[in-house]
Amino acid sequence: MSTASSPTPVLQARGLVKRYGHVTAIDGADFDLLPGEVLAVIGDNGAGKTSLIKALTGALTPDAGEIRLGGEPITFNGPQSARAHGIETVYQDLAVAASMDIASNMFLGRELRRPGVLGSVLRMLDKKRMREEAAEHMADLKIGLRSLTQAVETLSGGQRQAVAVARAVAWARSVVVMDEPTAALGVKESGQVLDLIRRVRDKGMPVVLISHNMPHVFEIADRIHVHRLGRRAAVIKPSDYSMAEVVAIMTGALAVDEAGGTVVADSEAAKAAGVQAT
Amino acid sequence: MTATTTPPSTPPSASSPYADLKAPTTARRLLTAPTTGPLAALLLACVFFSLTTDQFLTGGNFSLIIQQVMVVGTLAIGQTLIILTAGIDLSCGAVMAFGSIVIARMAAEGSLPPLAAIALGLVVCGGFGLLNGLLVQKIPLPPFIVTLGMLNVAFALTHIYSQEQTVTNLPGPLTALGQTFPLGYTDVTYGSLVTIALFLLLAYALSNTGWGRHVYALGNSPEAARLNGIRTSRLTIGVYTVAGVLYGIAALLLISRTGVGDPQAGQTDNLDSITAVVLGGTSLFGGRGSVLGTFIGVLIVGVFRNGLQLMGVASIYQTLITGVLVILAVTVDQISRKKAR
Ligand SMILES: Nc1ncnc2c1ncn2[C@@H]1O[C@H](COP(=O)(O)OP(=O)(O)OP(=O)(O)O)[C@@H](O)[C@H]1O
Ligand SMILES: [Mg+2]
Repeated sequence: MSTASSPTPVLQARGLVKRYGHVTAIDGADFDLLPGEVLAVIGDNGAGKTSLIKALTGALTPDAGEIRLGGEPITFNGPQSARAHGIETVYQDLAVAASMDIASNMFLGRELRRPGVLGSVLRMLDKKRMREEAAEHMADLKIGLRSLTQAVETLSGGQRQAVAVARAVAWARSVVVMDEPTAALGVKESGQVLDLIRRVRDKGMPVVLISHNMPHVFEIADRIHVHRLGRRAAVIKPSDYSMAEVVAIMTGALAVDEAGGTVVADSEAAKAAGVQAT
Repeated sequence: MTATTTPPSTPPSASSPYADLKAPTTARRLLTAPTTGPLAALLLACVFFSLTTDQFLTGGNFSLIIQQVMVVGTLAIGQTLIILTAGIDLSCGAVMAFGSIVIARMAAEGSLPPLAAIALGLVVCGGFGLLNGLLVQKIPLPPFIVTLGMLNVAFALTHIYSQEQTVTNLPGPLTALGQTFPLGYTDVTYGSLVTIALFLLLAYALSNTGWGRHVYALGNSPEAARLNGIRTSRLTIGVYTVAGVLYGIAALLLISRTGVGDPQAGQTDNLDSITAVVLGGTSLFGGRGSVLGTFIGVLIVGVFRNGLQLMGVASIYQTLITGVLVILAVTVDQISRKKAR
C-alpha cells in the first residue's frame, strides 16, 4: 500500500499469523503506521484487531511474519521489550491491578526507587515522587479524579479507562496504541480522549486507535486500516470515502482495487448497504 | 528493572488538584486499614482473657504466646506470600517437618557440621518451594493440587528418612535459637526475635519494594501484570521458592523449640498457617492483604489457644473455636470483596 515516495513507517508488519488451535486470529496481516499520524483500525467483532495490536506490542508472539520498528526488523520478547522501545498500549481490558491505587498502577512495572543506598541496596520505592508525578499527569490530561490513593476498583468504568489512557500517554516515546479507549466513556469523556489523541499527535507521536465508533474514526483518523477476517482489507483516507462505503469494505460488500477505487465484492450485500463501485 | 526512568513531558506543577496527594494521615490510614478489624478482634480477645483469667496479662505469658506461635508464624509468612498471588500452600507443614529431620539427622549423626546441616535444610525446603512454583507456573497446575501432592510427598519422605525415629542428641547450634535472654520482667527466646525480624523484613519487601507491588499485581490479575512488563513466571516461581526457604527457617525454629527432630511434627500447621493468614485479613482470592495482618492473625490464634487453655477449656474446643473464627473471617472477606466489585 505504501508507495516508494512515502516515509519509512514507524511500525510495520508483513504477513503476521497467529493461530489459537483451530482459530486463526491473524491470517497473514500487514500493517503500516506512518510518522505522526493517527491510524484508526476498524473491523467487525472478532476480525482480529486486538490480536494484531497484541502482536505489534509484544503481548503475543506471532507464529509467522515480520515486524519492523523504524524500518529495522525486531522481535519483541514480551510486552516489556515493546515498552522499552517506547511503545505504550491501552489494552481493551485495561490491564490495571484493581486493588492497587492509581499512582501504583501508573508506575506498575517501572516503579521509581529512592535515590542513594535506600534505593540501590534496600530497593526502597519513592512513593512520594510517584504520587506527585502521577498527579501531574492526571492534572495535565485534565482527568477528574478525587484522589490518587483511591484503589482502581473503586473508580467508575470511565475513570478506569482514563487512568489506563493516561498511563500509556505518559510513558510513550514512539507509539501509542489504544484498543477501544472510549468504549466505556460518556460523550464528554470520549471528547476528552479524542482531544488527548490530537495532542499526542501534535507532539509528533503516532497513534493507533482501534474503535467501533465511526464518527470518532472519521473525526480523528488520518488514515483508516480496515481489518477483515484476520487481515488488512484496505487502507484508506477518510476524506475519500463515506462512512457507508467504509462500513461496506469492513463487511466485505465492497473491496478496494489497486487504483484506490472500490469494486463490488458482494453485490447482494452492496445493494443492501446502498453502496456502489466508484 | 528500570528504576531510573521517569515519564517525560510534564513540567512539574507546584499546586496539585488532588487534595490528598500527600499520603493519607496516619489516623485515617489506621481507621481504614484492612488490618483494623483483625487488630480489634485481637484486642478484644486480650481484654476478655485478661478479665477472665489472672495469668493472662503477664509478661511471661506473652513471651510464651510468642514462643508458641513462632513456628506457625514463620510458616504463615510464606503462606501469605503465596496466597497474595492467589495461590495456596498445603505442603508447608510437611516440608518444614522434612527439613527439620534433614537438619537434625545430618547434624546428630555427624555427617555434616551443624551449620552446614542447617544450610542443607534451607536448601531442601527451598527446593520443595521451587518445585511447587515450577509445577504451578510451567505446566501449569492449580496450586491446591500441586501442594496437596507435595504434602504427601514430603510427609512420606519424612517418615522414610527418619525411619519413624525421633532424632535426639542434637549439637548445640541447632537449639541455640531456643535459648532465652531477659527482657523486662520476662525471658524471650532468640527464635521469637528471628520470627519477628522475618515479619518485619517481608512487611518491608511487600510494601516498599517493586517486588512487593508486583506480587500484589500478580494476585490481582496475572495477565494485567504480564502486560505491564512484569515477568510473572519468574515472580511466581520466586514467591514459592522464598516461601520454601521460610519453611526451612521454621524447621530450624521447630528444632530449637522442641530440642529434637520429630517426624510427627507440623501435621496441622498447614491449616493453622492458612487460618492465621485469613484471620489477618488477607484475601484467599489474591492481591489484597499484608504480612502485618498475618502477624495479627497468628497472635489471634495464639491468644485464643492460650487464653482458652488458661480458662481450662479442653483443647478440642479450642480447635472448634478456631474453625468458627476462620469461617467468619472468610465470610467477611467474601462479602467485602463483593462490595468492592
Ligand atoms: N487467547 C485466545 N484464545 C483463543 N482464541 C482467541 C484468543 N484471543 C483471540 N482469539 C480469537 O481470535 C479471533 C480474533 O479475536 P480478537 O480479539 O483479535 O478480535 P477483535 O477484532 O479485537 O474483536 P473485538 O472487536 O470484539 O474486540 C476471535 O475469533 C477470537 O475468538
Ligand atoms: Mg478487540
